[in-house]
Amino acid sequence: MTDAFEERITLETKDLSKRFDQKTIFNKLNLKIRYGKSIGIMGPSGTGKSVLLKCILGLMDYDGEILYKGKVLVKRNRKKVFDSFGMLFQGGALFDSLTIWQNIAFKLLNNEKKISKKDALKTVIGLLHSVGLNENVCNLMPEELSGGMQKRVALARAIADKPSLLFFDEPTTGLDPSTSFSINQLISSIVKKEGITSLVISHDPESIRKICDEVIFIENGSIGWQGSVSEMEKSNHKLLEDYLSPKKIT
Amino acid sequence: MNWNKKENLFFTLLSSIGTNVLLLAAQAGDLILFILRALVRSTLSPFFIKEHLRQIVVIGWASLPVVGLTAFFTGGALALQIYSGGSRLNAESAVPSIVAIGFLRELGPVLCGLMVAGRVSAAIAAELATMKVTEQLDALITLGTDPMKYLVAPRIIITTLFLPLLTAIGNVIGIYGGYLISTERLGFNPHLYLESTFKYIETGDIISSLTKAAVFGLIISSMGCFFGFKASKGALGVGKATTNAVVSASILILASNYMLTEVMFKQ
Repeated sequence: MTDAFEERITLETKDLSKRFDQKTIFNKLNLKIRYGKSIGIMGPSGTGKSVLLKCILGLMDYDGEILYKGKVLVKRNRKKVFDSFGMLFQGGALFDSLTIWQNIAFKLLNNEKKISKKDALKTVIGLLHSVGLNENVCNLMPEELSGGMQKRVALARAIADKPSLLFFDEPTTGLDPSTSFSINQLISSIVKKEGITSLVISHDPESIRKICDEVIFIENGSIGWQGSVSEMEKSNHKLLEDYLSPKKIT
Repeated sequence: MNWNKKENLFFTLLSSIGTNVLLLAAQAGDLILFILRALVRSTLSPFFIKEHLRQIVVIGWASLPVVGLTAFFTGGALALQIYSGGSRLNAESAVPSIVAIGFLRELGPVLCGLMVAGRVSAAIAAELATMKVTEQLDALITLGTDPMKYLVAPRIIITTLFLPLLTAIGNVIGIYGGYLISTERLGFNPHLYLESTFKYIETGDIISSLTKAAVFGLIISSMGCFFGFKASKGALGVGKATTNAVVSASILILASNYMLTEVMFKQ
């Protein structure tokens, strides 16, 4: 890959701002996500990490601009853009009225380039294997699976249509340490193997270390620190340092 | 001093009334836009046929026992009441026609509407509100599917189309309930009862019944979907959405019933 290819910007925000009534969540945020890279967004609770993600996905109004492959995202072109997006929600957000296989195949069966049910089922089985599950879960309902399994299914759904940009909102929230470890491992291997550009919102430094190439630390509604994962460990940024190794309260 | 206090209280009261009226107007506007958006999008492809079929079972088929039982017992009670009142005026023979006309024009659609409002409006609001608080609505959008088309349109279309059908079945069962009580308990001649029932029924009564039912169907589903979509976070939000949906659907059914009756009223 050439340097120019590596430097290509997939997603960019220009002066992105979000306010709730009088409260400013973030102000004039400028982010650049380069092609094939995984960017982690970290920060204390209430800094607007999830709000940022919802703005990027067009689920919330915002001020400023969001560009995908150089084109400004507006309501009209968002639906088309969603075809190349994948999203893993904090709680999985699996549709509880659909079976596991229907959940994973949802986009394949309902978007414009619809495929046959038979092909969709074949794809679903492949996806289940790639996230460490087997086809026995196909006809189960989401509530019949454990939290970790639901996350795996949600991940399979997110990558079903081969997205070029993946978003992760707190991928390990609510999971025990060993399941968190395996989910981080799984996301990292999928993202790296497929070369998918990704944006990870997380509280968990372990997720960031495992999945991401670069880190952005949000502080008081703006970028407090930005650098690579290896630089993050050596950073002198006080708040980031405290965040990564919190001191015990005595 | 005292006068100032009274004046303040008066202005506080006035401002609170004003705020609530404005809020109500804004919500009514929101609701109308919501329904229009759903109806317009329901005409555009893709049509999600499976989701429509699922709603036929959930909304139409599953409401049948509730509607049938309510109509049957109400038909029986109506026959007894009309007989009791009619006997004071020596008008017992009016029981069959009044049961039939009363059921067709008024009780059938209103009872069916209220029963379905309690069942369907609550279920729709709870389902959509839960989907909202668990980010399933957001997930639908990120999967490139419009929730208005996938969730709202099928519910509104099926409820609006199937409530007249449920009401028609309810009317038949209600009239049969009146017939059964009148012939078994009040000693009416079965043949004469049926003859008297059909003699006074007009096409206008049936049209009035089905029109009301269709309007109630639109109200029931719109309220469920609207409050489900507007639910705020958490279990409290889901509960509030469900209550608001049922209460407002019931009130709107009764209010629109009066208005429709006024429009279709014949002397």
